[in-house]
Amino acid sequence: MSTGVGFVPEHGISAAAGDARSASGPASIRITVAYGFWIFLLSDIIMFSTLFATYAVLKDATAGGPVGKDLFDLKTVGVETLCLLFSSYTCGIGLLSAEHGRLRAFYLCFALTFLLGAAFLGLEISEFARMVSEGAGPSRSAFLSGFFSLVGLHGLHVTAGLVWLTFMVAQTAAQGLRDYVRRRLHCFSLFWHALDIIWVALFTLVYLMGVQ
Amino acid sequence: MFGKLTWSAIPVDQPVPLAAGLFVALVMLGTVLLVTLKGWWPYLWREWLTSVDHKRIGIMYVLLALLMLLRGFIDALMMRTQQVMAIGAAQGYLPPEHYDQIFSAHGTIMIFFMAMTFMIGLMNFVVPLQLGVRDVAFPVLNAISFWLTASGALLVNLSLLIGNFSRATWLAFPPLSELQFSPDVGVDYYLWALQISGIGTLLAGINMVTTILKLRAPGMSYMRMPVFCWTALCSSMLIVAAFPVLTATFGMLLLDRYAGMHFFTNQDGGNAMLYFNLIWIWGHPEVYILILPAFGVFSEVIATFSSKMLFGYRSMVLATLAICVLSFMVWLHHFFTMGAGADVNAFFGIMSMVIAIPTGVKVFNWLFTLFRGRVRFEVPLLWSLGFIVTFVIGGLTGVLLAVPPADFVLHNSVFLVAHFHNVIIGGVVFGAMAGYNYWFPKAFGFCLERRWGIASFWCWLLGFYLAFMPLYLLGLLGMTRRLQHIPDPRWKLLLEVAEVGALLILCGIGSTVVQLIVSIRSRKERRDRTGDPWDARTLEWSTPSPPPEYNFAVLPRVRGIDAFWDLKQQGPAPGGETAHYEPIEIPANSPNGFVTAFFAVVTGFALIWHIGWLAWLGLLCALIVLFAFGWIPRHGRPISARELEHAEHARRVGSPA
Amino acid sequence: MSSPRLGAPCLLLASSLLGGCGSQGILDPQGPVAAAERLILMNSTAIMLCVVLPVIALTGIFAVRYRSSNRRATYEPRWGYSGKIELVVWSIPALTVILLSGVSWIGSHELDPARPLEADTPPLRIEVVALDWKWLFIYPDERVAAVNEIAVPVGTPIDFEITSATVMTAFFVPQLGTQIYAMPGMSSRLNLLASAPGHYPGFAAHFSGDGFSDMRFVVHALPPAEYAAWLAQTRESGETLDEAHYDALARVAAKAPVETFRTVSPGLFLHALRSSMQPFASAAGG
Repeated sequence: MSTGVGFVPEHGISAAAGDARSASGPASIRITVAYGFWIFLLSDIIMFSTLFATYAVLKDATAGGPVGKDLFDLKTVGVETLCLLFSSYTCGIGLLSAEHGRLRAFYLCFALTFLLGAAFLGLEISEFARMVSEGAGPSRSAFLSGFFSLVGLHGLHVTAGLVWLTFMVAQTAAQGLRDYVRRRLHCFSLFWHALDIIWVALFTLVYLMGVQ
Repeated sequence: MFGKLTWSAIPVDQPVPLAAGLFVALVMLGTVLLVTLKGWWPYLWREWLTSVDHKRIGIMYVLLALLMLLRGFIDALMMRTQQVMAIGAAQGYLPPEHYDQIFSAHGTIMIFFMAMTFMIGLMNFVVPLQLGVRDVAFPVLNAISFWLTASGALLVNLSLLIGNFSRATWLAFPPLSELQFSPDVGVDYYLWALQISGIGTLLAGINMVTTILKLRAPGMSYMRMPVFCWTALCSSMLIVAAFPVLTATFGMLLLDRYAGMHFFTNQDGGNAMLYFNLIWIWGHPEVYILILPAFGVFSEVIATFSSKMLFGYRSMVLATLAICVLSFMVWLHHFFTMGAGADVNAFFGIMSMVIAIPTGVKVFNWLFTLFRGRVRFEVPLLWSLGFIVTFVIGGLTGVLLAVPPADFVLHNSVFLVAHFHNVIIGGVVFGAMAGYNYWFPKAFGFCLERRWGIASFWCWLLGFYLAFMPLYLLGLLGMTRRLQHIPDPRWKLLLEVAEVGALLILCGIGSTVVQLIVSIRSRKERRDRTGDPWDARTLEWSTPSPPPEYNFAVLPRVRGIDAFWDLKQQGPAPGGETAHYEPIEIPANSPNGFVTAFFAVVTGFALIWHIGWLAWLGLLCALIVLFAFGWIPRHGRPISARELEHAEHARRVGSPA
Repeated sequence: MSSPRLGAPCLLLASSLLGGCGSQGILDPQGPVAAAERLILMNSTAIMLCVVLPVIALTGIFAVRYRSSNRRATYEPRWGYSGKIELVVWSIPALTVILLSGVSWIGSHELDPARPLEADTPPLRIEVVALDWKWLFIYPDERVAAVNEIAVPVGTPIDFEITSATVMTAFFVPQLGTQIYAMPGMSSRLNLLASAPGHYPGFAAHFSGDGFSDMRFVVHALPPAEYAAWLAQTRESGETLDEAHYDALARVAAKAPVETFRTVSPGLFLHALRSSMQPFASAAGG
């Protein structure tokens, strides 16, 4: 029984005999879902691009207030980066474990992913709190509005990812590694890796270039 | 407790919005009452509100679009009347604070809730049928998309009775749209309604792109797809690429208004020019999102009613893809007068003209489709002919405006207003009407009455010219746009002609309504028994009218372009005979869309009025709904091979030879 | 500049169509900038009509000739491609666009608003502040100011520096040419010239709020002697425009009558520019 993407067959329809060049009919659910999720990720990246462009335009509009050099603590940001990068690794291993049916490894890896993601988030929130307490909150200047919204949007995505992760682990535990669960785990890992890629761009363009 | 919401939000002392709001409220409540009294709720819930069938969703989109056409057009009529009355010293009947809301609402509703909705509705209904498949890639997401769009429309209309709408134009330019200059809830209504419906639109775009690229009948390679599917693909790719920019930009304006940030404010480094750039980076692709499906409709209609294959299929595809890419490289032509300098202006001007090349190619290809065909003057073709003539005039004025020094004297005048109405009415609306008349029999099983359709066409065509040609002239004479009162009495005659044009368009809309009523009343005589009332060329016409829920009992095997025409001429391809049925599973209905939309409206309303606890509650409920529906495994409804065979046999026996 | 000879017949056609409306707005240029822009408009229209009119004609001709009841017309249902036609069909728009691109490139550079105009007399500087909902004009060198009107000598280039004290709007005098945005916190540069005496209406050309329709002013283009007289008269009557008076004028969000000021504090334009970036008191304190 197929779920979610009702009409799309579980497996593709094979091509009519003797018509090798033509398309072979509707793709399977697995391919369709993954493809659709990729398109969604592309749209999300475009949303981030808008904020990157905004940041680039506004980064010098500091209105006499603090600049990046005064505010960014590269050590903390470095630890955040390591957390996130490692969490991508554990997520990848976790997904592989799930695909091979090794549930204990899957749970362990995803728990680690959650912890590393939460650590990232915790550090980022504490950094934001510090900046706000120093009078460098998002309403201080256009530069800070751009900074907080760009980094903050990424943080919101990480938060959503952690919630989704919890949901997926719970659903796997309750319903097992059914087809739709596998598809969603696959989408989750795409999402998590994409966040990593965006973080790398963010880290470079905002933090590294901001302190020079 | 209730944020900014107080009883004074209801405009009891302002007759115009009060009357309008009460009218809309009465219509909505009256509808609910009628449905309740007639006991239609179970049917509506089961067959429409929880449907995940692309055909039903497409029809609901089109219905929403037609309703919003009425709302937006009443706004237009009010504006025209105000301008005719308020000349010289006269002030008319609409004070600025209302007039400004009306033109802001007119643009917002017409673009987001009429044009977008109509095109998405047509794409939804037609594309899976033309591709020879059973539904879009993500049917439940499709329902969610529609209901989120409807939520946005509802919020905009709520502003008539509770509070007020934005007075900052249909694009909410800062600094005017910032808290400093628009402290009331109007801009917030605008922003939240469009954020919510924007999510719906983005999801619809993702859905359509995935469907067209991954779900097609066996044998339908890219170069065998109908041109409407190509234009739907390009339009949907534009949605996926452009709408995130809109979401981010509105998000930033919301952060300025709610959290005191400084993206576009006058203070602390805000940059209003940034908003102009971002909003038009979305805004220009947006108009191509609207026009490309209309181009697709015309390609289908002209080929069908010329009884001839579309001329230049390959160059049509190439031209569509070129338009898709180029639409992202022209945005600055919306603000040549911002002073970016000659090099920048010239670059964008030239790019804007380059995009006219593929558009011109398409027009010629349509003409050569008519050439040596056998042209039947059915209603959809009349709309297409009206389109070609009208659109090229709009294209002419568009190219004029693309020359920066010409734009320097025409920008923001009613010449500009005439230009974009020229291409949107002549292109998008005419395409919508052509598509509506063309696919109506497929959707409902009976044809629309012809004479009222012809009447509607002529009223729209003549009404358009009367309403907008004077505006071209007035723009040349120095009239700027968005004027609440007119300084120069010499413009009176031209404005009166424009008013007559608007009234004629009203007759056109009225004719369409009458056409529908008359057609429904006489539907037995105009039943479409063959499924192919137009002797058409593409696969949707190979199904019964209306198609069964599963569209095709057996997915057709496709051998070339115009697959249905090919089928009619040469019989089915090997492997496509209907002797070989397999069981299928129909996706179950889902209340996901409707319920999500309900909480979206609650959350949106709460955010607009700064009712914090309600906003959090609404958001939480929406998330719970998301998780609940994600948790429950969805079961489809299986249909056995025997049932399919039975249905197909009954259909064939029932239809006359 | 391409095809000036096309301009004349187009002008004749346009004027005869407009007939009773009289010449106004951008069809009645009174300065070199507006004249050049009108010429570009006419030429571009003529070029485009060469493509558009045949298309409209062909639409009618094909539809009528190939109507299904006309059995004498050739019917080729499977004819969907022709290399020759493709070539023509891509070339016509492409060539038109190339031609107009040349017009655009040259025109954009020659008519760049910031480009100073050539004339015998040195330019007159006028600083413009768009307020809600009126226009303030400051003559920084002559040290006078006016609300909703200016006088300029005929034949002298005017060098405008334009800003807005509140929201974005646009400064436009159709008979003199080019409009440009007035933006808070920054100044836009515009160069215009009146080549004949007259009274030319100007207005805000970008929606700026409820009083937008009232943002109108007049440009009095006067022969040099009369301009000098106007200047002298202005210096003898009216109030002083200092920062306090400016702030009072800016604070009132309403239209204003025409008014002149005998003297202006130096640096008032800069004060106006800066004051647009000051914090504002919001009702909710957000």
